[in-house]
Amino acid sequence: MSNVNGAPAGPVEKLLAGTGTFLDDRLRAAKSTRTFLRKIFPDHWTFLLGEIALYSFIILLLTGTFLTFFFKPSMTSVVYHGTYTKLHGVRMSEAYASTLNISFDVRGGLLIRQIHHWAADLFVAAILVHMLRIFFTGAYRKPREFNWLIGIVMYTLALLEGLFGYSLPDDLLSGTGLRITEGVLLGIPIVGTYGSFFLFGGQFPGHDIIPRLYILHVLLIPALLLALISAHLFLMFHQKHTQMPGKGHTDRNVVGQPLYPYFAAKTGSFFLFIFGVLALLSTFAQINPIWLYGPYNPAEISAGSQPDFYMGFLEGSLRMMPNWSWNLWGHTFAWNVVIPALVPLGLILTAAALWPFIERWLTGDQLEHHVLDRPRNAATRTAIGVATVTFYGILWLEGANDVIADHFSISLYLTTEIARYAIFIGPVVAYWLTKRICLGLQRKDAQSLLHGYETGMIRMTPDGEFIEEEQPVPEEARAVLAARQDYAIPLPAADGGEDDGVPAPGTRGAVGKLRLRFARVLLEGAPPAGDGHGNGHGNGHAAIEHGEPERAAVTTGDGPPSGTAPDHPTDGPTTHSG
Amino acid sequence: MGEHDQDVSRPDGEPERSRAPYRVIGTPAPAEERTLLGTATADAPPPPAPRELPAEPADLAAAKRAERIIAALFILSALAGIGFIAAYVGLEVQTNLVAVLRSNLALGISMSVAFLALAAGGVLWVRTVMPDVELTEERKPLRSPEDARQQFAETFRESTEASGFVKRPLLRRTLILASLPLLAAPVVLLRDLGPLPGTKLRHTVWRKGLRLTIAGSNAPIRPADFDSPGGMITVIPEGYANDDDAIAKAAVIIIKFEPGQLAYPTNLNWTVDNIVAYSKICTHVGCPVALYEQTTHHILCPCHQSTFDAPRGAQVLFGPATRPLPQLPMGTDSEGYLVALSDFKVPVGPAFWERG
Repeated sequence: MSNVNGAPAGPVEKLLAGTGTFLDDRLRAAKSTRTFLRKIFPDHWTFLLGEIALYSFIILLLTGTFLTFFFKPSMTSVVYHGTYTKLHGVRMSEAYASTLNISFDVRGGLLIRQIHHWAADLFVAAILVHMLRIFFTGAYRKPREFNWLIGIVMYTLALLEGLFGYSLPDDLLSGTGLRITEGVLLGIPIVGTYGSFFLFGGQFPGHDIIPRLYILHVLLIPALLLALISAHLFLMFHQKHTQMPGKGHTDRNVVGQPLYPYFAAKTGSFFLFIFGVLALLSTFAQINPIWLYGPYNPAEISAGSQPDFYMGFLEGSLRMMPNWSWNLWGHTFAWNVVIPALVPLGLILTAAALWPFIERWLTGDQLEHHVLDRPRNAATRTAIGVATVTFYGILWLEGANDVIADHFSISLYLTTEIARYAIFIGPVVAYWLTKRICLGLQRKDAQSLLHGYETGMIRMTPDGEFIEEEQPVPEEARAVLAARQDYAIPLPAADGGEDDGVPAPGTRGAVGKLRLRFARVLLEGAPPAGDGHGNGHGNGHAAIEHGEPERAAVTTGDGPPSGTAPDHPTDGPTTHSG
Repeated sequence: MGEHDQDVSRPDGEPERSRAPYRVIGTPAPAEERTLLGTATADAPPPPAPRELPAEPADLAAAKRAERIIAALFILSALAGIGFIAAYVGLEVQTNLVAVLRSNLALGISMSVAFLALAAGGVLWVRTVMPDVELTEERKPLRSPEDARQQFAETFRESTEASGFVKRPLLRRTLILASLPLLAAPVVLLRDLGPLPGTKLRHTVWRKGLRLTIAGSNAPIRPADFDSPGGMITVIPEGYANDDDAIAKAAVIIIKFEPGQLAYPTNLNWTVDNIVAYSKICTHVGCPVALYEQTTHHILCPCHQSTFDAPRGAQVLFGPATRPLPQLPMGTDSEGYLVALSDFKVPVGPAFWERG
């Protein structure tokens, strides 16, 4: 019941009359908060990846705060006499001793420590996978370039935060990691030696590194991350979330469920779920048992020293590099250290940061994009993404080559030799393979749109002809299949085309030609299910010949000039006559 | 969304109200609009917008069933939460490792159950008790309307002009001048983070006559004590066992060979009884080269697998290291113990810019 004289006094009305009035009298927030409550959040399982990263971060803040109450970031030498009797009488730093104390003498300390470590691994993993989702679906496109860049910075910070964090206990494994960090720093030309002495407060290991990493780990980097996360979320909120292609989903709307109560309840439950899973992992899956490694000693090391997974690609990069080095003009150019430490990460991050702008320039696409691409529909982008993943993956595997060699009983050196070639060949093969798969999937989609799904049912006509029954694609699925994005500005036809012979703006000169060439590769796609033929007996050739000569030029890439049929037949007619 | 459309039939079955006629401001409202009790008649709130969310889910029976399951999950969560507190209070840890394990299991399981049951209940609540809806919100283009941009441009121009920042270059330039040293100051402040490298990386604590001692026991070594060919021992300079900074550069491995195995470019003058001493610090990025393969005489760094040829001057056989492990000049003192003859002749450990 509702009427102009006021509603009956239910609990909600009481709340609004009391708290709501109190707040709104002071804040004038009714209108904006109402919009906030009805904010629409589209749904897709991949949209949860960023949430995993966010909630891992919150869990890291909560558990990390608990740990700071007990951790002593000090390199002062002490002799241990705690609950872990195996290390009784051993000389160690206060940092290591207090970590043992957290693990064995503080109730819940071991659990919280392990949740913190698992959450850190989950944090970086979720960031990585979230970034892949953003890349493969083209979510970084206008207007979301800022959030893409913020994400790249946050990924870099997360790597540093993780490295500094797992170095704090000052155990043998993490100390070895710091030793490698020092060695890499020393190798950097001109400033490296100074950088190392300033970071460590003198020679390695010194007595300053743990307290310095501590303040970076618990204050500076988390504060930066928090600020960037806030900006990230604000932009997501302001620009509204992207949505997957679907029926009724356009670049001018957002379809989904409102924040209150749906999204709030779902995302709150998801937070609890992640916390629960991390608690479960930390209860049963031991992580970073520093008491087994022992305290750091620069003369000792254990075999199979491996960093946390997110540093593995840098470790592999160092292992893979041939031992190149120059001595020139009294200086050492330690390429064997500098190249693997800086080039792969620098290459990936720089390329990722520039990519949205490169793509926009190549395609000339200035439109806002709110409906995501299906990865198959952007074949070249997807292929580049998979090539990058392959590149990273080979580095990462090489970071565990001793484990691989041991488990599969192959020569350690052979794994490295293979990796040295695979790092170049792998991404190329991955690119080619992915592109072929994407184009194939595009053709399959176009075919499904034209002819429907195959049912496997054969029917005999009265004439004695056998034909396969086909089922039209349901409307919902049709909307997804038909969502292939045609870019705003179709590429001008290659020279010799049917236009007036005047090159389009932006395609003149050497740069323009280059742009056109790359744009053609970038936009390469299978012929869409055009309107040019609806007879059910056509194939790819027909669509191109009747339909869109410009697209034919796009499709052929390096092929013959437009107007002729490219070599991309679909898999023939789907209505088989027999 | 949010438009107060008066033409909407209410879902609660109330008869539709007639459309309020347009009227001139100041004239009394139609009698129908007035109420006997109300005072703010003229400002009567407009009728509510149509419902966007139904109050009940489509399948009430399923919702009722789910409600019980959800409540059960929430109760389970509450019990687990109580269990967590009980485990904290009841299980001491400072006695032995079994107690730690028990406490960890009890706390971890109760915490997991508390969170997971609550999460499951929440998800079930959304999916079954709340009515399934899908709303569409229109997007406005992110670009501001042209007039807003114009207004902003004018306001900004006006304000900038009022500030005089553009008109008065003297002020502008001196302001920039004043800020530059202040920006540099924090960088300068970081200078004392550490000493300058100097030649510190070129030297270790090894010196003539300093004894080699076994890492761990800190006992000096006679060549006769180390008589098993193929063995490798980690050695540190006598008296530096607790000095990590010194050990980080001065750690050494000694390896015993069969007679005749040691060969060029090993400096045989620096060996004693077929025992040779190499720096333990890898010339790649500084890990201790701790693995020794007796059959092949290879020294292997476990970090990045640089492999060194022990009998032949620890030259690099494989991996990313460029330089051989430096050999420590070694002899014996008057009591027959192994001693250093001098510091290393070349810098140990990773390459650095000034190394040359």
